[in-house]
Amino acid sequence: MDWRNRPQWISSKTNIQKITYPYLKIIYMKYKSQKVAYWFFAFSMLLLLLQITYGFIMGFAHMGYDGLHSVIPFNTARAVHTNLLVVWILSGFMGAAYYIIPEEAETELVNVKLAYIQLITLALVGVTAVVGYHFNYWEGRKFLEIPRPLDWLVVANVLTFLGIILATLYKGKKRTTTAMVLTMGLVFAALLYLPGMIWFDNQTMDSFFRWWVVHLWVEGVWELIMGGILAFLLIKITGVDREVIEKWLYVIVGLTFISGILGTGHHYYYIGVGKIWLIVGGIFSALEPLAFLGMALFAIAMYRKGEKKHPNKIALSWTLGTAIVSFVGAGLLGLAHTLPQVNMYTHGTLVTAMHGHLAFWGAYGMIVFSIISYTMPNLTGRKLFDSTTGLLAFWLSNIGMLGMTVAFGVAGVAQVYLERIVGIEFGEVQKEIQVHFFILVICATMFTTGVSLFIYEFIKFGRPSDEAIIATQKV
Amino acid sequence: MLSKSQAKVFFLGGTIVTFAIFLGLSWNALSNEVPKRTHEENLSPQVVRGKVLWEKNNCMGCHSILGEGAYYAPEMTKVYERRGAGFMTAVLTSKVPWQPRGRKMVAYGFSKEDADDLIAFFKWIGETDLNGFPPKPTYKK
Repeated sequence: MDWRNRPQWISSKTNIQKITYPYLKIIYMKYKSQKVAYWFFAFSMLLLLLQITYGFIMGFAHMGYDGLHSVIPFNTARAVHTNLLVVWILSGFMGAAYYIIPEEAETELVNVKLAYIQLITLALVGVTAVVGYHFNYWEGRKFLEIPRPLDWLVVANVLTFLGIILATLYKGKKRTTTAMVLTMGLVFAALLYLPGMIWFDNQTMDSFFRWWVVHLWVEGVWELIMGGILAFLLIKITGVDREVIEKWLYVIVGLTFISGILGTGHHYYYIGVGKIWLIVGGIFSALEPLAFLGMALFAIAMYRKGEKKHPNKIALSWTLGTAIVSFVGAGLLGLAHTLPQVNMYTHGTLVTAMHGHLAFWGAYGMIVFSIISYTMPNLTGRKLFDSTTGLLAFWLSNIGMLGMTVAFGVAGVAQVYLERIVGIEFGEVQKEIQVHFFILVICATMFTTGVSLFIYEFIKFGRPSDEAIIATQKV
Repeated sequence: MLSKSQAKVFFLGGTIVTFAIFLGLSWNALSNEVPKRTHEENLSPQVVRGKVLWEKNNCMGCHSILGEGAYYAPEMTKVYERRGAGFMTAVLTSKVPWQPRGRKMVAYGFSKEDADDLIAFFKWIGETDLNGFPPKPTYKK
């Protein structure tokens, strides 16, 4: 069928957009191999739904309804919930890289088949790990529960992914700063996985190196990946000169590393190392919000500076949203309990869960949603640029997550006061704060509705199509 | 006004300097601080077996230790001091889910030997110098 006969293409709206937005031709998919990204995004969305399901199991358990205890005890639900989070975000990053790198390097991916194999093996390892968690097959180390034999498969998988990305960059015509920052983030993320695979007899050593993975990922190299994706989106959406955007990208990732690397110290306050970490961790982690503030100001300034008003309003909402919510969730809420004097009381309480939820959602969940929103019209040729469903998905998920954060925060502060200041026993305190989990579950339902609408739109876009490229050439 | 190349130098220079400081501090912590503060001389094979059990059963999926883990069940760093060996043995060897105030723990039904290993691990970690964590409640007498 000729592409022009597709109902999605022959609406009058299409013609209007061609006239109103003469630069529109640049927004479609340019390289056929970019289609791989779609499948990584689809996998990502599937895992997110599963992650939310296990989150509900934990929310109800905290309320006292643990009917699934004999089948899915809390520690299983917890391991599945956090690991699915990591894998769906990573799958989203990989999809983003498979879309961005060909466009930035101006060449097709070097091996598309291998990229599909990489996705299938990633899914197999993920499914094996998640099933294993239901049968006591894990390593009980927070966020790094994947058992050692599967770790090696993860390493092989990530090396394959990096091989494809690096070879494409090498073959490409251009090596832009955006592509290099994104790739650097992905390479460092892979390297930093390795310290988490070393066995230590000493729990303090174990914890020390576990943070090399977890902290230096989420408050270090993942921010590079986020910065790279954000820069790409801002270049495309605002039309601001690449040189200007990439200059500020360097400043932001510079602030990220300067504050984030030594900011690791805030995890070392109370694990059995010296007092020097109280000073170093306190000072540098207090500076960490600067990188996120920079990211928020950067996105807003580029949007205001941009002369073009891109028709993809949904992508724009998520892009500005991720910059702002990450500043609040990762930056401000992190700062709220990062000083040693405060952290002495909040460490190991639900206050951490408050910060964790909005930080992961704002910085990494939303950046994946941003790139999906931007790329889907380009991959499929369907211009669902500002649908009501899409905007509703944005607002419901964000308001829901903010509500969850407040519920966690109130529960956490109450826990700190009752347990750590007044000295009431743990179990008694948990009874007292059960009611906050009722509010949490209500807000989580709103969040889930938003996410479900986003996925509904994702499905409505349909599959990626080569016709989208043909359209680019003909517009 | 800042140029792109200056911004690049800020990024690379800042990263290299802070990473070098981080490596230096880490080296000092691991070689000088950890052995003393954790009393590494007491890290017996029994303690290590206890750590293996702690990880194998993902106890961190409900509890926290050194303040790290989940927030569904109590902090375990000072559990030996708080509860004592008898209480812990009863919980660890129970064949039915231990459920204080209705919140269930998985019924691991550990053997006496395994329970002793875990208790040795908790006793060892409870003696670690943690810069005052967990804090003593202000109003508890």
